[in-house]
Amino acid sequence: MNIVKPNSYRSGPDERGHFGIFGGRFVAETLMPLILDLEKAYTAAKADPAFQAEMNGYLKNYVGRPSPLYFAERLTEHLGGAKIYLKREELNHTGSHKVNNVLGQIMLARRMGKKRIIAETGAGQHGVATATLCARFGLECIVYMGAVDVERQQQNVIRMEMLGATVMPVQSGTRTLKDAMNEALRDWVTNVHNTFYCIGTVAGPHPYPMMVRDFQSIIGNETKTQMQEVEGRLPDSLVACIGGGSNAMGLFHPFLDDSSVEIFGVEAAGHGLTQLHAASIAGGRPGVLHGNRTYLLMDADGQITDAHSISAGLDYPGIGPEHSWLHEIGRVNYLSATDDEALAAFQLLSKLEGIIPALEPAHAIAKVMELAPKQARDHLMVVNLSGRGDKDVPQVGDILRGKSK
Amino acid sequence: MTTRIDTRFAELKKAGRSAFVTYVMAGDPDLTTSLNIVKALPKAGADVIELGIPFTDPMADGPSIQAAGLRALKNGMTLKKTLELVRGFRKDDNFTPLVLMGYYNPIYIYGVDKFLADAKTAGVDGLIIVDLPPEEDDELCIPALKAGLNFIRLATPTTDDKRLPAVLANTSGFVYYVSIAGITGAAAADANAVGEAVARIKRHTKLPICVGFGIRTPEAARAIAEKADGSVVGTALVDALKNSLDAEGRATAKTVNAVAELTAALAQGVKGAQQAAE
Repeated sequence: MNIVKPNSYRSGPDERGHFGIFGGRFVAETLMPLILDLEKAYTAAKADPAFQAEMNGYLKNYVGRPSPLYFAERLTEHLGGAKIYLKREELNHTGSHKVNNVLGQIMLARRMGKKRIIAETGAGQHGVATATLCARFGLECIVYMGAVDVERQQQNVIRMEMLGATVMPVQSGTRTLKDAMNEALRDWVTNVHNTFYCIGTVAGPHPYPMMVRDFQSIIGNETKTQMQEVEGRLPDSLVACIGGGSNAMGLFHPFLDDSSVEIFGVEAAGHGLTQLHAASIAGGRPGVLHGNRTYLLMDADGQITDAHSISAGLDYPGIGPEHSWLHEIGRVNYLSATDDEALAAFQLLSKLEGIIPALEPAHAIAKVMELAPKQARDHLMVVNLSGRGDKDVPQVGDILRGKSK
Repeated sequence: MTTRIDTRFAELKKAGRSAFVTYVMAGDPDLTTSLNIVKALPKAGADVIELGIPFTDPMADGPSIQAAGLRALKNGMTLKKTLELVRGFRKDDNFTPLVLMGYYNPIYIYGVDKFLADAKTAGVDGLIIVDLPPEEDDELCIPALKAGLNFIRLATPTTDDKRLPAVLANTSGFVYYVSIAGITGAAAADANAVGEAVARIKRHTKLPICVGFGIRTPEAARAIAEKADGSVVGTALVDALKNSLDAEGRATAKTVNAVAELTAALAQGVKGAQQAAE
C-alpha cells in the first residue's frame, strides 16, 4: 500500500471526521442531527476560555491533577534497562484516566442543557467516572453494562449505584462492552431530546474520537512538561494499553510529531492471538461498527466476533479509528499481551512498587517487561498507569488461589 | 431508469391505494423456510418486500429483530446466502419489488462493487442501509445509484426542514419515514403526527413516502395507509414467526403460514384504507 506521510500526525480528523480511511459518521439518521449539534457545541466550547478555565478548576481541585510522573526505581532495577516512569493516572479521583474525559463531556452536556446522561462501560471505570460527575452536577445517569461484566466487576456496579446511577445489565449479544454500546445507542435513538451520550473511549461517530482524545490529551501534555522538569528532555518511548484506546491516545497524541519518541500501544491478546483475544489490530481488519470505520474482529461475512480479555476494559472487538490510522501509517507500534502476561505484570508491579495496577495497564507493564531490558540505562520510558487495581482484586485473587491449589 | 419499485408505486397510485411493505429477516430461522416465507408474501398481499440482512450488532433494532438476525446467523446465514435467497425468489416472481435492509459492515466486507453487481443480478431493486446517512453517500449510495439500484433513505422525526433536502438528495424509489425516534418494534406511531410529517416531507419530494416502526395491527396499518403512500410492518411479522418455532428455535409446519396469515390480515387493513388526498 502507498502511504504518504503527513506533515503532521496531529492535524486529524478532517471535517468529516476521517483519519485517513478511518473514522466517519456511520449512524442512523435519527442520530445524525444530534451528532452535528454536538460537534457544533464542542467546537464553540473548545474556543471559549471560560469553558477551559472552569474545566481546569475541576481538573485541579476535584480530579486532583496534575497526576504525578513517578520514577519506578525498583521496577527499573529489576528489569535492568530503560529508566521507567509511571504516569499515575490511577491516582485520579475515581481511580482511572476515565474521569478526564467524563468531566469534559459532562460540562459540555450542561452547556447544551441536557439533563439525562447515558454511558456504556466495560470494566466499570468509565461508568463510575460518569456516575461521579453526574452526582456532582445533579444529573440523571444511566449506565449500560454487559451482564458478563456486571458479574466480574461487582464492586464498580455497587459504586455506581451508591453514586445514584442506574446500572442496566445488557443481556443481548455477547453481553460485554460492545453490546453495552449497542444498547446505549438504542437508548440515545429513543431519547433524542433530553439525553447526552457520554462515550468512554476514542471511538464512535465523529466528533467523539476527536473530542475524547482532546480531553484525554492532558495526560501527554502533563507528561511532556513533567519529563522536561525531571530529565530536561523528551522521553524516548511511551507505552500504554489499548481497548478502545483513550488512555493511550491521551498519552500519545501530544508526542506524535516528536519523531525521536517511539510509541507502543498494547492490545489484549487474551488466551493468545490464535485463540480468543481482543487485539483488533493484530487479529482484525477494517470494517464499520458503532459509528466509525476502524480495525475490527470479525468473520468472513463481516459479522462481529467475540472478543476475549481477562480485563473487562479491554474486552472490545474494535479500537479507536485514529489508532487504526496511526497503525497503517506506521507512527505507533501495536503489540499485544496475553491474559497470563498481564497477570504476571500485575503481581510484579504490586510487589516491586507497592502499586496494584488495574488489569488493563497491567498489559502495558507486561510489554515494558519485554521492551525495557533491551534498552540502555539512559533510555526514558513512560508507561501510562491508567487505572488502579482495587476493582480487580477479587477476580485476580480467585485466579491466583485457583492456580496455587 | 425504472425499477420494479417505481413501477409498483405507479400501479398503486393508479389503483388509488397505499402500499403494504413487509419486512422479514433473511434466513430466519433457516434458509429454506425463509425462502418459502418470502415466496408466500406477495400472495398474502405484500406489495413490496424488505428483506433484512442479518448482522450481529443491529444498533437501530429492538429485541425481536436482533433475535431474528441471531437465529439466522446461528444457522449459517450470510450476505452471500441472502443473495441466493433473492435469486430463488426471482425464479417465480419478476414483479414484486425487493429491498435489502441492514447495516453496512457485511456489504463493506463483501466488497461494494461486487455486492452491487451480484445484488442487481440476483434481482434486488433497492437498499436501505441504516448506518449510512447522507454524510457517507460516497460509500454505497452513489455507487448503488450508478449500478441501477434504488437507495432508500430513512427520514426521522429529528430530520428537520433544514436537513430534509440533504436526506432526499440522492434518495430514490421511496422515502422511508421512521415514525418514532427509537428502535424497531418500540412504541406505536401516532397517525396524526405521522400525517403531518408525511405532508412536511411531501413539500420536499415527489417520491412515495412509506412509514414504518411501531405498526403492529391491521387497524394501525389502515390508519397509517390513510396518511402515507405505504406502511411497513416488520417486528409484528418477526414475532409471529418466532411464536411458531419449536422450543429449539427451529421452524415447524406452522411457520410459513403464521407469517402469511398475519400478512394477509395486515394487507386487508391497508386495502381498507381511504387513500389520502393528494
